[in-house]
Amino acid sequence: MNPSNYVILSALLFGIGALGVLVRRNAIVVFMSVELMLNAANLAFVAFARMNGNLDGQVVAFFVMVVAAAEVVVGLAIIVQIFRSRRSASIDEPNLLKY
Amino acid sequence: MQEVMPATGVFSLLWLLIALPLAGAAILLFSGRKTNKWGPYLGVFTVFVDAIIAIWMLIAMMGNSAEQRTFSQNEFSWMFAGNLKVDMAFQLDQLSMVFVLLITVVGTLIHIYSLGYMSHDPDKRKFFGYLNLFVAAMLLLVLANNYLLLYVGWEGVGLASFLLISFWQIKPTAAAAGKKAFIINRVGDVGLSLAIMVMFVTFGSVGFDEVFGSTSQASEGTLTAIGLLLLLAAAGKSAQFPLQAWLLDAMEGPTPVSALIHAATMVTAGVYLITRSNAIFDAAAWAATAVVVVGVITMFMGAIIGSAKDDIKKSLAGSTMSQIGYMVLAAGLGPVGYVFAIFHLLTHGVFKAGLFLGAGSVMHGMNDNVNMRRYGALRTAMMVTYATFIIGTLSIMGIPPFSGFWSKDSIIHAAFESNTLVGILTIIAAAITGFYMTRMAAMTFFGKARWEDGVHPHESPKVMTIPLIILAIGSTFMGIALLFWGNIETWLEPVTGFEEKHIAIPEWALITITLILVLAGAAYGWIQYARREVPLVAPRGNWLTRAARQDLYGDAVNNTLVVQPSFWLSRFLVWFDGSWIDGFVNGSAAFFGGLSARLRPYQSGFIRSYALSMVGGAVLVVLALVLVRLS
Repeated sequence: MNPSNYVILSALLFGIGALGVLVRRNAIVVFMSVELMLNAANLAFVAFARMNGNLDGQVVAFFVMVVAAAEVVVGLAIIVQIFRSRRSASIDEPNLLKY
Repeated sequence: MQEVMPATGVFSLLWLLIALPLAGAAILLFSGRKTNKWGPYLGVFTVFVDAIIAIWMLIAMMGNSAEQRTFSQNEFSWMFAGNLKVDMAFQLDQLSMVFVLLITVVGTLIHIYSLGYMSHDPDKRKFFGYLNLFVAAMLLLVLANNYLLLYVGWEGVGLASFLLISFWQIKPTAAAAGKKAFIINRVGDVGLSLAIMVMFVTFGSVGFDEVFGSTSQASEGTLTAIGLLLLLAAAGKSAQFPLQAWLLDAMEGPTPVSALIHAATMVTAGVYLITRSNAIFDAAAWAATAVVVVGVITMFMGAIIGSAKDDIKKSLAGSTMSQIGYMVLAAGLGPVGYVFAIFHLLTHGVFKAGLFLGAGSVMHGMNDNVNMRRYGALRTAMMVTYATFIIGTLSIMGIPPFSGFWSKDSIIHAAFESNTLVGILTIIAAAITGFYMTRMAAMTFFGKARWEDGVHPHESPKVMTIPLIILAIGSTFMGIALLFWGNIETWLEPVTGFEEKHIAIPEWALITITLILVLAGAAYGWIQYARREVPLVAPRGNWLTRAARQDLYGDAVNNTLVVQPSFWLSRFLVWFDGSWIDGFVNGSAAFFGGLSARLRPYQSGFIRSYALSMVGGAVLVVLALVLVRLS
């Protein structure tokens, strides 16, 4: 199978993820969309690694997974705290940090 | 050439001459009110000890041969930067010696007089502290062996003068007069500092020996520049044209100050500077001519002002200007004149101090009134003051055998030796001197009593009259003593050089002409002010009198040429600062403030809009990359 198909798939997934971040209000869903974008990037890395015939891209994919795991821990903790204080997981409501 | 001797024996006390009054000033000025009781005596004591040391030094110096009368004492290296090396070093030679004597002896008498004059002042310790400070600075000025150290003393006497003129700073006029003196002196000081800089650039040193020893290496243009700058300095300190305006206002200070600083010592510092720098002026003919011109102009300005003022101290101040004009003129004549400039300076220091202290004594008896139109007939009320004042008057007029005659006649003779026109002018000025001094004496001591109500003139206490008597004795005999017994020409000759030229007019004829003119001036003054009634309110007078009452428009000229333009300039600068400098700074601040106010709403707090801008930015970056690739 042609590796460039994986790249196209990765672009599609990234686009869906970005759209999800922009249009959804629920923090959890936004968070999932972010994960989708990260994994789309991972897929692109792996596909490019395959196309170039070396392991660099695959190594980076592992790093991304590790960072993503850490980010999920922090991000979910923040979302839970916001939910506890506001009884809502909407990301439009906590908008006090502005001019 | 002079041999420089190490300062041994009594001369090892050179530093003490300066340190004693300096210590006195420090104690009096730092220890506050509690020294009011004994402080004045301490002030007198330090200067008195100085005078004794000075006389001792004179005796020791006379024991040496003429070539071995320069003593130098190097205290420590004061400044050390690159090529500039300045020592804290003192040098006593024949010229400094006479100055040290004048400063300490006349200074002692004036200190003693001040004990009486200032006895009721609540701040008298401060007064004596300032006087001591002045004596220390003046001694530093004349004992320095380089121009930079001289400059320290120069500034020191300026400071002391400022402090003492505005000693009664409660009076706005006194405060203003002090500031005026300080500022005008500063103009002269700029000349001195520039002269020192030029010297350093040209000769690589500021020491007297180094500079005078290498004048032949410098171009005449450079020497003329140095000479003119030194003349500017001298004009500032000695109240010579065009920086003369401060001296008349300086009379706001207590009378002993006028006597010590603004008649006898400090105002002669300019003459000292020119005489000390004789090697430079000898090599720069133009600068020397400028010195003569300045001296002649001031000689007449002072005499004219002195003839018109009704304030006894201001009249004396005009006379001081005039007499210093004589000295400056003599110093500008070159080797024929230096010696006589110093000679006249010494006799003038004594008789003018006596005259000022006499004026102070009169004021003391007249409730501090200075208006001579309210004096008159005081000769019976204050005998001692009257007698000493008359002796001083005869001396300054140049009547033989009083000391002023010998010194003034020497200057007139020297003037004829170098230029007949200058000689004639000095004789005319001498005639005006005869007029204004007679006028002053007549208005004060003769005629009818025109006293204000409730004034009971009385003789001053002994502590004031004894200095007057000593100064009167000095005014009588000092000229003869210095000329015939002290041999002032040969005494100063190793330092200043001396030459005598033959002139066509015989000496006796010159003296006779001068005396006739002086007596004519005096007779006119007598007829005008002793034989006729003196009106209580000054008559309008002719245009010259009116001009002289306004100090010959010295203030008006300064006002138009300097003060007003300065005001305009400062107003322009304030406007420029306000509208352009501030405008630029505030404008840029307002610009960025406004810009950020417009950009602020984009910081909305909505996470999704931030995300959108991030995505938009990423898309733009990708697009840019793609476009760069394609092109």
